[in-house]
Amino acid sequence: MSKAEQRHRRRSARNGWLLSMPALVMLGFAASGPLLIVLVYSFLQKGDYGNVVWEFSPDGWIGILFTRDIFDGTLGLADAHLTIFWRSVSLSLMTTVITFALGFPTAWFIATRPASERAAWLFLVTIPFWTNLLIRTFAIGEILRTEGLVNTLLLWLGVINAPVQLLYNDNAVLVGMAYVYLPLMVLPLFAAIERFDMRLLEAAYDLYASRMQVLLHVILPIVKPGIVAGSILVFVPSLGAYVTPRILGGGKNMMIGNFIELQFGQGRNWPLGAALSMTLLLIVVVALLFYVRAVNRAGSGHGHG
Amino acid sequence: MKTGRLRLVEENAIEAQSIVKAFGQGKSAVLALDDVSVSIRKGEFFTLLGPSGCGKTTLLRLMAGFEMPTAGTIRLDGQDVTYLPPNRRPVNTVFQSYALFPHLTVRENIGFSLKMQGRAKAEIAKCTDRMLALVKMEDLAERKTAQLSGGQQQRVALARALAPQPKVLLLDEPLSALDLKLRKEMQIELKRLQKETGITFVFVTHDQEEALTMSDRIAVMNAGRLQQVAAPREIYTAPVNRFVASFIGETNFLNVTPAPGGFRLGNGEIVTAEGSGSVLTVRPEQVRIVSAEGAALTGTVDSLVYFGTDMHCHVRLGDGEALTVRLPLPPCGEAGVSPGDRVGIAFQPGATRLIEA
Repeated sequence: MSKAEQRHRRRSARNGWLLSMPALVMLGFAASGPLLIVLVYSFLQKGDYGNVVWEFSPDGWIGILFTRDIFDGTLGLADAHLTIFWRSVSLSLMTTVITFALGFPTAWFIATRPASERAAWLFLVTIPFWTNLLIRTFAIGEILRTEGLVNTLLLWLGVINAPVQLLYNDNAVLVGMAYVYLPLMVLPLFAAIERFDMRLLEAAYDLYASRMQVLLHVILPIVKPGIVAGSILVFVPSLGAYVTPRILGGGKNMMIGNFIELQFGQGRNWPLGAALSMTLLLIVVVALLFYVRAVNRAGSGHGHG
Repeated sequence: MKTGRLRLVEENAIEAQSIVKAFGQGKSAVLALDDVSVSIRKGEFFTLLGPSGCGKTTLLRLMAGFEMPTAGTIRLDGQDVTYLPPNRRPVNTVFQSYALFPHLTVRENIGFSLKMQGRAKAEIAKCTDRMLALVKMEDLAERKTAQLSGGQQQRVALARALAPQPKVLLLDEPLSALDLKLRKEMQIELKRLQKETGITFVFVTHDQEEALTMSDRIAVMNAGRLQQVAAPREIYTAPVNRFVASFIGETNFLNVTPAPGGFRLGNGEIVTAEGSGSVLTVRPEQVRIVSAEGAALTGTVDSLVYFGTDMHCHVRLGDGEALTVRLPLPPCGEAGVSPGDRVGIAFQPGATRLIEA
């Protein structure tokens, strides 16, 4: 390699770094920086009136699963925390399942419309995004409340004699989250189904597959990347949901998001809040790893195509 | 038989009777098939031949069960299957696009139908092994289908459709996506597979040469109607109408009028011909160029087209009608005539046929 060539290479490498500076600055300040602060805070001692004392302490992390007895200082399992974790994970999983059950037929319907109509149908699906999340959540509350739409309708139909308590429980939170996150499931499913070669359906029917077998052995395996993407897009924000459980859960049915907020507010336990945030992040990372692996496995099936 | 009654042996693998298929409704309805009846014998290599849009693929899809006819019945082995869904008909299809499952390996693709039928694992493995050997794909059994070439995908599609041992195999222009050389190879391969398995093949194509070389019988279709069903030789030598004559091979058409002792050509010459009608057909290779001296029919050479194996000579007859003559070439490659030459025309004995206009 000649000297001139080497010089040229070095210069182009330097230019490459310069060009990627904006992205690196953004990543440094907007992503890694705040994350690092949260990580550091999770290992500090809590201050009496919020904030932190700059001394190392593992209490924040211990506090995730254990609680210190007020009298003798021994550690016991924090049942309340576990309940919140469990509620968050199970509600998020159920939200994912519900959005899939509703989203798959919806996405299939849209993907099988004539190409000219699809954009209009997709537009309808995305309309809720145009309204503020808070307003949409209050609207759901309006529908579910004791004098709300559902109760009024059921009373009028004579199905029930007295209004039923629909709001301020886990089911209300579930309804709210399923409603809010449904588009996030429909869009990736639609993208996957649109790419699905419908001629494979005829081939499968021709080869003696029943309708159920076509669904299980042909459609679902091939659109799996879309299913996984949609599930992640719903599961991850559900896990960190804050507004929906706050408004529809009535404050007593906390999820991790509300629990974290509590630590930075009334709880005055910033290290615990920081540690909880990191835990939430870890769960999300694990879910994403699962996603990447699942997609890679499915992707190898499509080879170069 | 204990009852002493003769059991009727069904000779037809598949029978379509008075099939009508309309797409759309009311005034905008399009008739894809207009009263089509055809019987395909067991073990036959049967070809549906016609230009695109003639209804051949629609007929195949009706046999497969992907479409239901507007009227008429389809019988498989004597059983009425007109309204049976595809997964309940012992008929399999090789699709034009192959439609292989991208998430499955070659082996899994071939074994798909057996798995759907709930066969035992060992049986599926044995059958797929046999099919892999039949199409010579043993080495690529564990590959995903996207990693295969067009010809290999074609073989997998064939093996997949043959694996459940269907009563009839339907092939929808399976060779159209292949290049010429591969297509020739696959034509031979298909014939071999059909002989080895003894399964009835119904083959759809728009390629007349493919149809002539491979088929036991050909059904020529046009505009939703059956034109002629016959063996390749008969289709070529004795086409029943102008469409069949012009679609399969090249043909000269000359208008004639009945006259004592034969039929009168435009220039007044009397010729003899088989059949009935007012149009005389003669294949270019059945026409000879002779000396203009003393020839009953004469014309002027318009143009010559070189084809390597032979030469096409376009001759304009005295009354303005055009005629193509296929001239066999001597080793030097010179036809011995040139444009503007005055030549005599002679037909090979028995080469002329009459058809309706």
